[in-house]
Amino acid sequence: MGLVRALRGDTGGQVMLAVLLVVAVVVPMLNLGVPESSPWHVSTYTVTLLGKYLTYALLAVAVDLVWGYLGILSLGHGAFFALGGYAMGMYMMRQIGDRGVYGDPVLPDFMVFLNWKELPWFWQGFDLFWFAALMAILVPGVLAFVFGYLAFRSRVTGVYLSIITQALTFALMLAFFRNEMGFGGNNGLTDFKDLLGFDLQAQSTRAGLFVASALALALGYLACRYIVTSRLGRVAVAIRDAESRTRFIGYRVDRVKVAIFTFSAMLAGVAGALYVPQVGIINPGEFSPLNSIELVIWVAVGGRATLYGAVVGALLVNYGKSSFTGIFPEAWLFALGGLFVLVTLFLPRGIAGLLAWRRAV
Amino acid sequence: MGGQVERWQYLNPGKTLAETLDISHKTLLYVEGVTVSFDGFRALNDLSFYVDLGELRCVIGPNGAGKTTMMDVITGKTRPDSGYCFFGQQINLLELDEPRIAQAGIGRKFQKPTVFEQHSVFENLELAMAGDKRVWLTLLARLSGEQRDRIDEVLGIIGLREQVGRPAGALSHGQKQWLEIGMLLMQDPLLLLVDEPVAGMTHQEMERTAELLLSLEGKHSVVVVEHDMDFVRSIAKRVTVLHQGSVLAEGSMDEVQNDPRVVEVYLGE
Repeated sequence: MGLVRALRGDTGGQVMLAVLLVVAVVVPMLNLGVPESSPWHVSTYTVTLLGKYLTYALLAVAVDLVWGYLGILSLGHGAFFALGGYAMGMYMMRQIGDRGVYGDPVLPDFMVFLNWKELPWFWQGFDLFWFAALMAILVPGVLAFVFGYLAFRSRVTGVYLSIITQALTFALMLAFFRNEMGFGGNNGLTDFKDLLGFDLQAQSTRAGLFVASALALALGYLACRYIVTSRLGRVAVAIRDAESRTRFIGYRVDRVKVAIFTFSAMLAGVAGALYVPQVGIINPGEFSPLNSIELVIWVAVGGRATLYGAVVGALLVNYGKSSFTGIFPEAWLFALGGLFVLVTLFLPRGIAGLLAWRRAV
Repeated sequence: MGGQVERWQYLNPGKTLAETLDISHKTLLYVEGVTVSFDGFRALNDLSFYVDLGELRCVIGPNGAGKTTMMDVITGKTRPDSGYCFFGQQINLLELDEPRIAQAGIGRKFQKPTVFEQHSVFENLELAMAGDKRVWLTLLARLSGEQRDRIDEVLGIIGLREQVGRPAGALSHGQKQWLEIGMLLMQDPLLLLVDEPVAGMTHQEMERTAELLLSLEGKHSVVVVEHDMDFVRSIAKRVTVLHQGSVLAEGSMDEVQNDPRVVEVYLGE
């Protein structure tokens, strides 16, 4: 029932989900089932690259939920993504066991290197997958809840809120750079061996992660659609357009904001947890304020407040980034900035807006 | 959020604000000795003002008399420096924030019509509808047949049945004003505060608005702040004149008009 409502009238989303479904089935088949010599073969490199893009797309959907529908321009969503990633990275570090360079059965290499004698308390439990998976969702969720509670209750909005979210992710980046924090400092967490007993270098594991990312994106998309098509979603848009009016008809604006912001952070955490096993590393650079700004640009390019636009934007901009940085690496940031200016000036509703306009004509 | 509500919650567990409302003395709103200063300027100066159950009251006064500030205090937007503000005999409005005051039964229409422009007329009314507005319940909320009927009824009252599916942003100025009154009705408040309902309206629109407000009398207490004297004359039974942040005169339109002090500051201009 909720599912029908979530997709009714959402042509863009229906098309996007259908394509996603086909891709999730066909790409692993072409990778695993077709011999490498065949022109139809999809390389494992491509599968992993696509899987990475899908986690970005999920992150973009999470940002669009709060920016497009609630009017909160979060410039710190990269932090929630990175925290989810660290949680998964910690699990995979513990999975290495005595196969590390120093061969310590419990301590990850960087702790041995720092001369630590025992595992810090916050690394306990991360040898269990379910615990790590739970933390990948809960840690970003709790952070977003506390942050949101304080910010929204004090009625911090607009550009001030955006600046604080930047400060949040920047502060986390500086903290995670420190070796004493116990998250591998500068180098972060890497050299992962396996996940749930599956070898991370294996072709089939890569394909499995790709399918899991596609599935997470589809479910995350549906959950967000469910929210925005509910009355709560209409309240969110009302808050975006006339916040104090919404308060005067009896809605606790701060609570609505905290709830949706927290949910969005959890989605970002899931995206991060799927991202790290595919790229094989997580380091404090993921907290960089620039990352969070970049992902806002994905959403702007795709089209704000459409959700499927966020997916399209994330995929296109990242494809562009991969191609562009191959040819002309130094110029990427200028290209990204230029793209943002162009979209803001000429395509204020992004690619999704362009599609809707084409359909209307 | 202060002690009053919590104390009361403790005495009447499970009761909503609307259920605590005590109006046994037939007075719905008590504003007593309220003073509000902005940077030394006294917007309200020891203002006392009472509204009875079911009455339609007009508040007039020259610019800067404190009319809008008074509404801000009642709805929780502005906190006074001193004074009391009670809804019924039990609910201390100064301890509640805007959403809770709305839930207690006070609705407000703003001077500048503010409807949710991206939402349809129907959705605007749906959002304003009285009910439990907690996050989780709002997420799962579905319209019952009864609620649809209520929305349809209000659409009839405000005369916007034909506009039901249009985005509110596409309505004319007058229609937005009525939609806002409709949203107030959906909240089903005991007290409606209506700030300048006919500003910028045509003559016909004004007449319709007057009918609309008069039809609410009795079921709801209505406080109308208005500049347009013809309009006030057409609806008012009791008029309160504000001047420099306090009440200058109160009574029927005729009494007020003949009060020499009022003539001096306002009507005589």
